[in-house]
Amino acid sequence: MASELGPLLQGLFDRPVAARTLLDRIPLPLALVSAERRVVFLNQAACALTAMSRERALNLPCRYVFRCSLCTVGCPLDVVDKSPSAAVAPVAREADIVNADRARIPVRVTCGALTGADGSRVGYFETLEDLRLFRPSEARPEWPQGFGDMLGHSPEMERVFRLLPGIAQTDSSVLVTGETGTGKDLLAEAVHNASNRAKGPFVKVNCGALPESLLESELFGHQKGAFTGASENKPGRFRLAHNGTLFLTEVGDLPLPLQVKLLTFLDDKIIHPLGSTRGVHVDVRIIAATHRDLRGMVREGRFREDLLYRLNVVRFHLPPLRERGDDVALFLAHYLKVYAGMFGKRISGFTPAAERALLDHAYPGNVRELRNIVEYCVNVCQDTHVDLPHLPRYLLEEGVETHGGPRDGRPGRSTAPAGGRVDAPRAVSRATPGVRATDTHAAGAGVDGTWADAERRLIMEALLRARGRRGAAAAELGWARTTLWRKMRQYGLDQ
Amino acid sequence: MSDATPRNRATKEPPVRGNVLVALHRDAVAPRFDRATEAWLGRIDGEGGLARSRTMVLANASAEELCRIILTENVSTVVCCGIEQEFHDYLTWKRITVLDGVVGGRDAIIGALLAGTLKADAVLGGV
Repeated sequence: MASELGPLLQGLFDRPVAARTLLDRIPLPLALVSAERRVVFLNQAACALTAMSRERALNLPCRYVFRCSLCTVGCPLDVVDKSPSAAVAPVAREADIVNADRARIPVRVTCGALTGADGSRVGYFETLEDLRLFRPSEARPEWPQGFGDMLGHSPEMERVFRLLPGIAQTDSSVLVTGETGTGKDLLAEAVHNASNRAKGPFVKVNCGALPESLLESELFGHQKGAFTGASENKPGRFRLAHNGTLFLTEVGDLPLPLQVKLLTFLDDKIIHPLGSTRGVHVDVRIIAATHRDLRGMVREGRFREDLLYRLNVVRFHLPPLRERGDDVALFLAHYLKVYAGMFGKRISGFTPAAERALLDHAYPGNVRELRNIVEYCVNVCQDTHVDLPHLPRYLLEEGVETHGGPRDGRPGRSTAPAGGRVDAPRAVSRATPGVRATDTHAAGAGVDGTWADAERRLIMEALLRARGRRGAAAAELGWARTTLWRKMRQYGLDQ
Repeated sequence: MSDATPRNRATKEPPVRGNVLVALHRDAVAPRFDRATEAWLGRIDGEGGLARSRTMVLANASAEELCRIILTENVSTVVCCGIEQEFHDYLTWKRITVLDGVVGGRDAIIGALLAGTLKADAVLGGV
């Protein structure tokens, strides 16, 4: 088989080089396949991997040589064939093979077209990278209560963790919704890492960060001379994410003209760079995320309905932290350990008072806010336990104004310890339905004014019920006398 | 890697008799046992004739499901291409003959079965 008169590589060196020798010495398993998908050459590494001799493999359909999990469904050569351009970039997939020794081996398959001098397709090349040595991640312990870098054991999150591995294995578009700081980026990355595209690139684009003209070029690329200043070709994020995942965060901020282009890509997997007359086929999985209400935007005509349906194939909604029950305590313990280790502090926990204040906070910024609070605490704390004085001041005193607090007009919990400094945060109802909607649609000064009015009214009513006795009114409101006095001064009620 | 298959294959196998299952994908043997989408079930009588045959379409490609069918149908010989050692050992332990590494079309395989010439690693026509 290994004839000395085999094919030659000409024109590269002074003398022709035997191609067979060159291919055999490449340590990566490689096969050359005819246009009819029959094996015409296996290098030595491929023979070793498939446990099959070159003589046996020759002229067999490649599916009987590689016996890959993708051979019957989702063959990468089909993707290569579908490309309108002969010069399509190689397609890569993770899969497994069952070789002639009956061993199941995880591999990364990369396929591409081979073209003749006239551009016509003459066959394909296929490489199979043995992943057995590169999969220590399988033995990596996951978080005890979570998935990837995500934590949580609330029922909502457990449902997400349960669905995630199965969804990751498909190529369906994923839409991640949730408030800011709930972990949309982490989830997108977890989906990518658990998918068979994990070895491919994970490219993130913030659709709200760039003006429309720049965003189009950033996403789809441009040809040299497409516009003033386009001095060279730019591939664009779609092409950079080829064989991987493109994460479009803040997709609700995507301008309408670009929504059309994204829609076109989702339909036929072809992008059109700025200034180019030819489409480029890219193999990219789309994960989109937004904190906006896309259905509401569709009703207002700011988001295309057809794009919503194409993105919304699989939808993950990440609940806000205030609806995740005991996850707050889990995150507090986790981040305390992380930051104490990072900053070299010997902090072993929170005092009961500090823990109560932290558990009662509403966390409008969700996990990100909690993480920042714990980082602050660990920075400030010089003791073995984080106490109330180590908490950010706004948590204790400005909490009500900043986070909206009991927007339903209810006073703080009657169980609040009288005179404690945690009175203001206690007034915040963590899981009150309706607070969320109010938070979401709140707009700056209007909300402050509304709450100020409500709080002023609360104080007035409490004072009236207590017949002007400030101590009794403060007790009813669950505040310290000093807090009531300060607020009365603030609202001009002490005149 | 000097030999085509390092495994120690039987050099002379008796003609196949009894219930036979061929793991199929479309009109040919499936490249992998666990990826078979159809199964041809036949009974070869003592004279080497085909007593009865039928093709089952599987709801899902699954090695476990095929094993279940093999046991419930009292199959004595399985014909397939790639198969994991785990399933090969299981079927062998169940006293089922496994002819693996077979490449060929459905008709060619049935013809070889009836002729009594089918062996493991056989490469037949029809693909």
